[in-house]
Amino acid sequence: MPAIVRVVDLYKDYFMGDVTVHVLKGLNLSFDEGDFIALMGPSGSGKSTLMNILGCLDRPTAGSYYLRDDDVAQMTDDELSEVRSTYLGFIFQAYNLLPQYTVVENIELPLVYQGAILTEETKARCVALAEMVGLAERLDHRPKQLSGGQQQRVAIARALVNDPQLILADEPTGNLDSRTSDEIMMMLTELNRAGKTIIMVTHENDIAEWARRVVRLRDGQVESDVRNDARTVVALP
Amino acid sequence: MSINIRDVPPAPVKATPGFLDLSRLNRSVLLAVRSLWLHKLRASLSVLGIVIGTSAVISLMAFGKGSMADALNDIKKQGTNIIVRSVKPSDDSSTGSRSFVVSYGLTFRDLERFETFGDTIGRTVPMRVFPSEVRYLERMQNARLVATTNDYAAVNHLQVARGRFITSEDNRNLTNNCVLGATLADRLFPTEDPIGQSVLVRGHRFRIVGVMDNRMPTGGTGGSSAAEDYNLDIYIPFSTCRARIGETVIVRASGSRSGEKVAISQVVLTVNADFETREGRERVKAVGESIKNILKEEHYKDDWAVTVPLDRLEEAERQQQRFTSLLVLIASISLIVGGIGIMNIMLATVTERTREIGIRRALGAKRRDIITQFLVEAVVQTTVGGLAGVIIGLGIVFGIPPLWNLITGSMLPALLSYWSILLSVGVSIVVGVMFGLYPAWQAARLDPIEALRHD
Ligand SMILES: Nc1ncnc2c1ncn2[C@@H]1O[C@H](COP(=O)(O)OP(=O)(O)OP(=O)(O)O)[C@@H](O)[C@H]1O
Ligand SMILES: [Mg+2]
Repeated sequence: MPAIVRVVDLYKDYFMGDVTVHVLKGLNLSFDEGDFIALMGPSGSGKSTLMNILGCLDRPTAGSYYLRDDDVAQMTDDELSEVRSTYLGFIFQAYNLLPQYTVVENIELPLVYQGAILTEETKARCVALAEMVGLAERLDHRPKQLSGGQQQRVAIARALVNDPQLILADEPTGNLDSRTSDEIMMMLTELNRAGKTIIMVTHENDIAEWARRVVRLRDGQVESDVRNDARTVVALP
Repeated sequence: MSINIRDVPPAPVKATPGFLDLSRLNRSVLLAVRSLWLHKLRASLSVLGIVIGTSAVISLMAFGKGSMADALNDIKKQGTNIIVRSVKPSDDSSTGSRSFVVSYGLTFRDLERFETFGDTIGRTVPMRVFPSEVRYLERMQNARLVATTNDYAAVNHLQVARGRFITSEDNRNLTNNCVLGATLADRLFPTEDPIGQSVLVRGHRFRIVGVMDNRMPTGGTGGSSAAEDYNLDIYIPFSTCRARIGETVIVRASGSRSGEKVAISQVVLTVNADFETREGRERVKAVGESIKNILKEEHYKDDWAVTVPLDRLEEAERQQQRFTSLLVLIASISLIVGGIGIMNIMLATVTERTREIGIRRALGAKRRDIITQFLVEAVVQTTVGGLAGVIIGLGIVFGIPPLWNLITGSMLPALLSYWSILLSVGVSIVVGVMFGLYPAWQAARLDPIEALRHD
């Protein structure tokens, strides 16, 4: 399988006054298209930092990041927006829905920034996505009227609306109970089966078990990198 | 639970954005309204300055224009007239030999000299004016006697209600015909038809040939022309007055009697010129100066005065211009203050909505999308504020004058100027852009990851 994401000698430093914090210390990683990767590691090991760089929200201090064959490190701000808009879908721990919009409008948002003209067709797609994640009854609700699990489903639908090749999820189940977490993980697994590449950060082993590959970071470096070949299919309790 | 991404309709093809995409603009405006709606009170308070500014511009402009219009119209009616009057000298130099009859004023020689202007002067209207009793049978009324020529009515914009005015034949033939002002006619002839009746004026009998229309008294619009009430006038031919009554007139005033010998009380000269043009105005002024020079030569006493109403017109126009620029200044200040109010709130909003900005950036928004969003919000606010100001301003312009009339009984003229509406709404929009730009830029400048981490 061709690599969809490749980082070479990736460094990230934070400068705080005279103190320089070295967070990522020469990472070399390659993720295949269609894979489902769990990023693990202790708090402060640099997982979110790496995810932000992979998500084109932040730039590395040194090193290269190839998204397919494009070197993202060289891109302008507008080009990075373009990449996020075209290739990436985000799922956040805190859901990050816009409170003033309804479920459907939240799902529509990435299309707006793709320059799509909103028509009945685009709306049909958003409604279909909302139905797919089980929110058929909640199309016109606002985020405040939804539970955490429901909000995260909206976020998943929103991450899918632009048909991204790579889905980045930083602790998508971090705020959810285990039952709801499993529902979300089943959805991500389904998406992965449908061909989406997923990179997910998690602290929990049983969540990581849903992934095909587990990469552990420690202190800004790769500590271990294992394939979950003997995947156990966890049944709902 | 089953989830199948393959059942979902495909993502739409990216549309190439047109230069001016109305549907997208429409949507931006809608979204801006939605965001503003979240904080209705705050949004309306922040545009209060704009609302007050625009309503003030519209209403002040209307009242200013309304009060000026009357004055300007009065002056404009005088057009290219030059008014030359006899003035009783304040103190006769011959104090010792104070005669009972004071002799002063314009003479027929002056009138002859005015004729040297030729075609420059269109109309020359001499007048002899003094108070006089007018009797009909046992009824008596104090009136203002005006001995003049046929052009008087035209020069003073007087309309005849019935019958006719004094004609040139009346003057040529020294007829004893007269015309009454509306009030005078009503008082002397409450029931009868005055036309054809005779009245007694200073021992002479005059036959009534016409009655004038009621006319609003002119407001004494500053300067030297006093307020005139034409309704108590009696008009007789100028030449008849000279022949029958003579130049010397005895006037009774509060018990004492005084006499004055005046040939002509006043002459109105109409200059052939267009007062709307610069050349026309210059010409009228030049004639006015020449007349003054003639009178200086002819009179050794200071017993005359020349008034050029056009001077007052220019003064009034300058005053109106000053007033307008003052209003524009006040309006600009209040709109700028309003703009600062908007900017202040917008900056707070940007800080408050940092996370929202981060989310939008993560979902693919470019810097210019964020700029557009906040700019549209600012412009929507100021536009709505400007329109609200227009509505309030119109309410004031049309609502206050009747109320004012009801309470004080006096008039409060207001004249709406349509360009003030366009101007104030236009300026509101510009203020929105000007003062929205900086906060919008602040919002767009944020680093996506910093914005996203903000809470
Ligand atoms: N903007 C920043 N400025 C300075 N230091 C930062 C900044 N962002 C992150 N760091 C530091 O970088 C290190 C890694 O942070 P990161 O958020 O990547 O950790 P993480 O692995 O995601 O941890 P967690 O599991 O708690 O989310 C931490 O020590 C943190 O203090
Ligand atoms: Mg983290």
